[in-house]
This record gives sequence, C-alpha cells and structure tokens, in this order.
Amino acid sequence: MTDLVLTTFLKMAFILAVILGLVPVLIWAERKGSAFIQDRTGPNRAGIAGIRLAGLIHPIADVLKLLFKEDVRPAGVHRVLYALAPFLVFFVSLLTYAVIPFGDYLEVGGRRIPLVVADLDVGILYVLAIASLGTYGIVMGGWASNNKYTFLGAVRSTSQMISYEISMGLALMGLLLVSQSLRLTDVVAGQGVLLWGFLPRWGVVIQPLGAILFMTAAFAETNRNPFDLPEGESELVSGYHLEYSSMKFALFFMAEYTNLVVASALIATLYFGGWNIPWLPRAVIEARAGVLLPLLLAAHVAICALAAALYLRRASRERGRFGDGRDREPGLMAGVCVLLGLAGLAALALRPWEIGPAGASLLATALQVGAFVGKVVFFCWFFIWVRWTLPRFRYDQLMHLGWKVMLPLALANLVLTAVVVALV
Amino acid sequence: MNGKVHGYGGKMTLGERLYLGEIFRGLGITIRHVIRNLLHTGDLPTVQYPEERRAYSERFRGRHRLMKREDGTPRCVACMMCSTACPADCIHIVAEEHPDPAIEKAPASFEIDLLRCVYCGLCEEACPCDAIRMDTGIYDLAADSREKFWVDKDFLLNNTTDGTR
Ligand code: SF4
Ligand code: SF4
Repeated sequence: MTDLVLTTFLKMAFILAVILGLVPVLIWAERKGSAFIQDRTGPNRAGIAGIRLAGLIHPIADVLKLLFKEDVRPAGVHRVLYALAPFLVFFVSLLTYAVIPFGDYLEVGGRRIPLVVADLDVGILYVLAIASLGTYGIVMGGWASNNKYTFLGAVRSTSQMISYEISMGLALMGLLLVSQSLRLTDVVAGQGVLLWGFLPRWGVVIQPLGAILFMTAAFAETNRNPFDLPEGESELVSGYHLEYSSMKFALFFMAEYTNLVVASALIATLYFGGWNIPWLPRAVIEARAGVLLPLLLAAHVAICALAAALYLRRASRERGRFGDGRDREPGLMAGVCVLLGLAGLAALALRPWEIGPAGASLLATALQVGAFVGKVVFFCWFFIWVRWTLPRFRYDQLMHLGWKVMLPLALANLVLTAVVVALV
Repeated sequence: MNGKVHGYGGKMTLGERLYLGEIFRGLGITIRHVIRNLLHTGDLPTVQYPEERRAYSERFRGRHRLMKREDGTPRCVACMMCSTACPADCIHIVAEEHPDPAIEKAPASFEIDLLRCVYCGLCEEACPCDAIRMDTGIYDLAADSREKFWVDKDFLLNNTTDGTR
C-alpha cells in the first residue's frame, strides 16, 4: 500500500515536472517560432551575465515581473469567484494527465510499475468530463470580473466548448469502437501492432477522419487560434482574463500552455500511438539493447560535436560583436557541448554493449517515455505553428464549422466505423 | 511566395473550400520561413537597434544644432525668423546687444522645447544666416523628465553631426 502511494506520488511528480518544465519552453517557442515565421529575430535580449540561450532567459524575466506586479482587483468583482477562477482553470488543466499513460511499465527489482497515474477503466469518459470542466473557470473568471468584455469572452467560450465537445465526443466514439475499450492503456497498447505487417496501427491510420475531427476540436477546446475567439484581442481586448493582473493572470496564461500540453498528449495517445515507437516494439528493444545503446551514445557524441563546431564557428565569426558579456556566449556553449560529448564518450567506455536484461528493460522504458515526450513536444509545436499560420475564424464561421460541418462528419465517421467493425 | 489573391467575394474552388489542403499549404509556407531563418539567423532584416543603426539619408532632420562663428560664438543674430516660422511655437529667443558693433544682435538665450517640435525644418529654412541646422542625425530622444527636453543655447551649440551628443 505504501508502495503504491509512493510510486503514485513519484509518477505525479514526474508528470508535473515535465508539464511545468515545458510551459516556459513553450512560451519561448511561441515567441521565437512566431518571430521566425514572420522573419523577425524574437526575444534575444534578457540574459544572465551575457548568457541568453537564444531568448530562453526571457521566461525567467517574465516570471519575475509577474511575481512582483501589483495584484489589482477592480471594483465590483465577485470576490470569491474572481479569486477562484484562475486556480480552477489551472487545476483542471492538470487533471486530465492522471489517465494518460506516458510509458509502458518500469521494471524495478522484478516488479512492474505501470507508467500511468490512474489507470481508470473509464479513461476516455474522464478525459471528456474534465475537458468540459475547464469552461467553468473561464466562465467564472469572465463573469466575476464585472466587465462586459470579459463576460462576452466567457459567453463565447461556453458556446464554443459546447459546440465542439459534441464532435469531439463523437470522433472519440469511432476510436472506441475500434479499440473496444475506454481504458487509455488499452487504446495505446492496441496501437503497438502493425497493420498488414508494415503500417503502425495508429489511430490516425485506422480513423483518419476521426483524427482530423478530434484535432480540430482539441484546438477549439484549448481556445487556440484559429479558435481563440474567447480571447479575441481585436474585439474583446483580451477576453475573459482582461481584468486579471500579476500571478492571477500568470495562472491563466500558464493554464493555456498546460492545456496545450494536455491536448498534445491526448492527440499523441489516442491517434499517434502514445508511447509506442513504430516498427520498434519493446521486445526488439530489449533483445537488441546491446546494439541500440552504443548506437544512441555514438549519435549523441556526434550531435554534440556538430553543435560544438557550429558554436565555435559562431564564436570566431562574432568575436567582439557586442563588446560585453554576450560575446562569451558561443564559446561557453561550445564548452558545454564538448562536456556533454565527453560524458557520452565516458559512457561508451563503460561497455554499454554488455548491458544486462534489467538494463535493457530500463532502456526500453526510457526510449518509450522519450518517444511519448517527443510526440507531445511535436504536437505542442504543431499548435504553435498553426496559430501563426491561420487567421482567426469569424464567430458565425466558427459555429458553421462546428455544427454544419464537423457534427455531420463525426456522425458519418461513427456510423461508417460501426458498420465496418460489425462486418469485420 | 506570391499566392493567388482572390477578390472579395470571389468564388473558391472545391479544393479551397475543403480547407484542409489549404491549411497544409499555409503550414508549408510558414515552416519554410522558420527553417530558412533558423539556418540563416544573420540574414534577418531586423536591426539590433542600440548596437546597430539603420543608415539615414543625409537630409534626415534630426535634433537641431546652432552653428558657431570662427571665434566660437553663435552665428545666430537673434532675428527671430525661426521662432516666427515655427508652427509649433517652440523656439524661445531672448536677444541682446552684440559686443561687436558690426553685428547688430546676438541671442542671450536660445531655447527649444523639443517635445513640442514637429521636426518640420521650417526654422532651418527661415534662418538668413544658416545659424540653425537639423543635420545632427540624432533621433533617439529620451529623458526621464519633461524639463530635460527643454534644451538651451549651450546644449544646441555643442550638438555635433557625428551622432554623439
Ligand atoms: S523644426 Fe519646425 S517645429 Fe521644430 S523648432 Fe524648427 S520650425 Fe519649430
Ligand atoms: S537661428 Fe537664424 S533665424 Fe533663428 S534667430 Fe538666429 S539667425 Fe534668426
């Protein structure tokens, strides 16, 4: 029992660390990515003793600024709901994570620990239930702020969520029919096999329409562009969180990015194989660990060497460009890369090809978790990428798409899947 | 990257109305920008402002300066042409007798309120002695109080054309 509690807490800590660690990186990626899409340089100023990490120090500056800002509470707000809303939004955005498997299992001392916090047998229903809870925070925040812009943002958010949740649920139902289980671990495990011997049996392969519908609905549920009407700064100033300042605003802001991570994790889990590495099942990894690990280490050393060379080239090119601490940065980064590469070499010297079965199992787990995190990061980038590509929908277009296009398509997808499943 | 531009209310083809293909086309365009800019960070048109500066035309009207005679006194004869011409009414001159009898007047004080100035250059044009010019090239005016934008004769006499103050 204490074991269970301990492992559960460790898993929760891991997930929290990954999500909360991803949030500043995502904010950075959003700013830097948008800058590069628009041919700008993006953040590159804030630095600690000249070390700027291409703008990665900016989130630290942002957090410090938000922490020390005055927490203004406008007159006429509903005190309790106003204070509660940002916490609710942030809290709910983290809840979904409980049921998402981020790896197969971890073998420690002969025991297998499943890498999911709560393996609920109603997993997908839980996901849908929590997703609709997220609206409450937004509605509370918008209504309690006593401001017509925030209120309009909240109203838009509700109608949008209701419209898109239906197609989301229907799209998911198609997947349920195929996977024959509501449990997310089963859904992921079912995607680990190959179809006709060469195609990974991922959700996106057997339910392509469902995948597109689900992803579209996920964009709407996370209030991301092109569906970010609740925030619509062109007409609603900034929507439901207009009246919030300081850390309360920061919570709304962080919730947006944790929602992004959760939506990406859901897309990866349901339609892109979760922690499965295509064409590389666990048994193969464990059997070939003695080859894989040295290969991986060699690749690591090669990448480090390449990065160090690039940094050194930059250091020689930009010598004395700024005339302050910033000139040291490329050289220092080259040093870090060299150190990382040396660490890889040292690991190679430890005879990684003689890795035992316990080590092989660990390697397989690490690779699978890595694959999952990689997929999540890719979809996070996809969200950002789409945001800076597409313009925002008009409100009537949004409703048109939700009710007249997505809903019939989701229904057709469901019926078609049901027929196929019944026949096969 | 010149896409086809439709007129307002133009008919869209079926492929365009399906939307998805167009979305991926758009995504392709944006990712091309990202990759190009990642590989050639140096080619971005952004000017790293305080360190790098865009070259301005020689005719650019920056902050004013007062010209000097050979002996270092202001060339200005306090004729008030500039302050009369000034549409913003921001040149304030107090005239005094010049010690040299060949010259009628000199400015006892010559002040410009740079916050009111609209950089129209009329003062420059109005001056009969070429005593006031706007060729310093200084355009980044910043100070922590309004008073500091009220610049006086000494300040204006010591403005240079090389961009330093
Ligand atoms: S530039 Fe125009 S506004 Fe400025 S001081 Fe000269 S005349 Fe006045
Ligand atoms: S600067 Fe020129 S126009 Fe103005 S008062 Fe002096 S001489 Fe006259």
